[in-house]
Amino acid sequence: MSASLQAAVQEICQACGNDRTRVMDIVREVQSRFGCVTGEAMDLIAKTVSAHRVEVEGVVSFYAFLSDQPKGEVVIRLCNDVIDEMAGSERIVRAFREALGIDFGQTTPDGRITLEHTPCIGMCDQAPAAMVNDVIVTRLSSDSVWAMVRELKAHMDPKRLVQKLGDGNNAHSLVHAMVENNIRRSGPVIFADLTPGDALKKAVAMSPQEVIRDIKTSRLRGRGGAGFPTGIKWDYTRSAEGAKRYVLCNADEGEPGTFKDRVILTEKAELLFEGMAIAGYAVGAETGILYLRAEYAYLRAFLEDVLNRQRSRGLLGKDVGGKRGFDFDIRIQMGAGAYICGEETALISSCEGLRGDPKNRPPFPAQKGYLGCPTTVNNVETFCCVARILDKGPGWFAQLGSQGSSGTKLLSISGDCKSPGVYEVPFGVKLREVLKMAGAEEALAVQVGGPSGQMVGEKDYDRSICYDDLATGGSVMVFGPQRNLLHVVSKFLEFFVEESCGYCTPCRVGNVLLKERVDRILAGQGEEADLAYLQDLGQTVKMASRCGLGQTSANPVLSTLKNFRSMYESLLRKPIDGKQLSFDIHQALADAQTVVGRQSVHF
Amino acid sequence: MAKPKVATTSLAGCFGCHMSLLDIDDRILKLVELVDFDKSPIDDIKEFSGRCAIGLIEGGCCNEENVRVLQDFRKHCDILISVGDCATMGGIPAMRNNIPLEECYAEAYLDGPTVHNPSKQIPNDPELPLLLNKVYPCHEVVKIDYHLPGCPPSADTLWEALVALLSDKPVALPYALIKYD
Ligand SMILES: Cc1cc2nc3c(=O)[nH]c(=O)nc-3n(C[C@H](O)[C@H](O)[C@H](O)COP(=O)(O)O)c2cc1C
Ligand code: SF4
Ligand code: SF4
Ligand code: FES
Repeated sequence: MSASLQAAVQEICQACGNDRTRVMDIVREVQSRFGCVTGEAMDLIAKTVSAHRVEVEGVVSFYAFLSDQPKGEVVIRLCNDVIDEMAGSERIVRAFREALGIDFGQTTPDGRITLEHTPCIGMCDQAPAAMVNDVIVTRLSSDSVWAMVRELKAHMDPKRLVQKLGDGNNAHSLVHAMVENNIRRSGPVIFADLTPGDALKKAVAMSPQEVIRDIKTSRLRGRGGAGFPTGIKWDYTRSAEGAKRYVLCNADEGEPGTFKDRVILTEKAELLFEGMAIAGYAVGAETGILYLRAEYAYLRAFLEDVLNRQRSRGLLGKDVGGKRGFDFDIRIQMGAGAYICGEETALISSCEGLRGDPKNRPPFPAQKGYLGCPTTVNNVETFCCVARILDKGPGWFAQLGSQGSSGTKLLSISGDCKSPGVYEVPFGVKLREVLKMAGAEEALAVQVGGPSGQMVGEKDYDRSICYDDLATGGSVMVFGPQRNLLHVVSKFLEFFVEESCGYCTPCRVGNVLLKERVDRILAGQGEEADLAYLQDLGQTVKMASRCGLGQTSANPVLSTLKNFRSMYESLLRKPIDGKQLSFDIHQALADAQTVVGRQSVHF
Repeated sequence: MAKPKVATTSLAGCFGCHMSLLDIDDRILKLVELVDFDKSPIDDIKEFSGRCAIGLIEGGCCNEENVRVLQDFRKHCDILISVGDCATMGGIPAMRNNIPLEECYAEAYLDGPTVHNPSKQIPNDPELPLLLNKVYPCHEVVKIDYHLPGCPPSADTLWEALVALLSDKPVALPYALIKYD
């Protein structure tokens, strides 16, 4: 056993209080120092925090950014989602392969650089994009890839790859990123100014019950996708039994095509933290956790700094907002590359230092959440709305937007449009208007709500963006007339296959089968009966899956079957003599003909 | 009216499913009152004599001959039933699917512990059907109308299913017949 590893692991565990619920932080740190978490390291960690080795190994094997095999000093993760593909990532893929002389999933022979694919990293408006360790590189071209690899080989310092800084806080020394905000439309809720402390002071001047009442009056619903009324969630959390309560902010933003939380975190972090503190006051919590996706690690130092500023303003810490006895502080929990951790119960598992497996409900997090205590989990944007509601009043907020969906919504628009970026629009806006704003009038199809949402076409463009019609957590992906929508569906399914936690069969197996059948149709081997099969299987996966991932993963198939059926039908063929079109006897015999050295007598 | 005809075959199976069919015991007398057997190992008829109402398939497809026979069944039968786990899923023979075909041939004809083959020649007589790259369940090769799981499906399961089909009734398989542990 190497002494240096032992010393390091002990020091890392010590820094986390030898607390087994902090295993995520521990393994992340070991990964970053040693390039992997070896079996030996896992044993050491398990022993030090009094966990079983299998628990530590379970965590390491679960997350995409952790590994038990050595990775390069620098890991390049190129987004391989469909938006990047549309932006020409195929050329980027080739350039990386050639410049590094390795394929994806491999490490250069000198052990210095690893090349990988990753799903959406929240840079869809500046695709193709990649992560180089924690550093984000955007708008890649083959030339920039070659230059980047050359530089990396020379100095191995990803930070130095950032030459041109982005706008706003992206240029802040603690962020130092080439990322752009692309805020195309500001509205009164999220992107308006707020004097730090104004909202919080108004909140603590009221009783917690009154704050909750105001949130209910505002009719605020969660911005993360599911749209649950925030006031009611807080009420449940406040009234549930428990010695401690927690406020968790979901900044996992993993739904492909969503990048609005990234912009909030960059430009409106004070608003967010103030909203979290108000939530803490309302539900009676002392601790808040910001669960930050690993892809946004480049924002961490900056966010820590904002937290410190909030502390020095008295907006976090002891007697927050000047309110005697109201203590509230926030820590940042880093994720490690798992879409499923955006699901609130999986997010809680992850915060507890476990695999990001969703939990059975009930009990709901409001009853038994983080460490078994009543917990409210809300989206980044939801907390921002909260702060604004407290500042401007629930009535002001409620008159924005539509009846069932008050306020504004951030949309992150990407794909085939002239102005991809973030738009703050009032709820109830027609999709057609949104497309006009973004310069996407030509759209053949729009994926509203990310892969887990629905794909709609022209006949639905006059529907409204709101909870009761076209719901979205923010993702709006535009597909122009030149796109093969079935290919898009296949890519979305690939994403779900990859990101399924594997716990339940309908999702783990069903998505694979769905993808197989869609691919078969794409290859011109589909027949009429395949459409009924897809419909049936899709509904089964939706109905029988345990959590929101499996309950929505069939949506790309089901919504295109509904809205773009003719696209499927144009690819179908008629089978002859009951033979399966997908079975190719010549291909099935090719191997044997080579081995045996003769041709088939039957075929 | 002529009795409907039934054909059966064993592809990449062990004949266990056919044995199970024989296990219906004296009900076989009733069965021959209901149907005539066409191409089948049971009566040793080698080629189809005409159109059949039902084809029972045991085993999946591991070689080219299996494919030819199965396609022939599809052509001649109104209804095809995959009988048993080999037909429905590939079963035991499909355990080779994770091993490259070349290694399978080598193990069988060159390197296996009981192989004596000084010429190191893999048999290539046209009489020996070529193996497929993997073992396929029947429905991946042709359209299959029904699947009867089990290894083998019990005689009662087969009986109930056949009688229901022949009398045009929905098949009612009680839990005991489709429970496998
Ligand atoms: C697979 C999956 C991924 C999710 N990802 C996110 C996410 O990245 N961000 C988010 O806020 N909510 C996400 N959600 C929704 C959360 O489970 C939860 O509903 C939300 O965080 C609650 O906050 P809200 O009420 O403020 O919207 C996801 C749900 C599922 C099923
Ligand atoms: S639906 Fe999918 S992601 Fe959710 S618990 Fe089941 S396997 Fe895991
Ligand atoms: S299903 Fe079982 S009994 Fe039937 S052929 Fe296969 S191995 Fe034999
Ligand atoms: S960054 Fe590639 S799809 Fe979002």
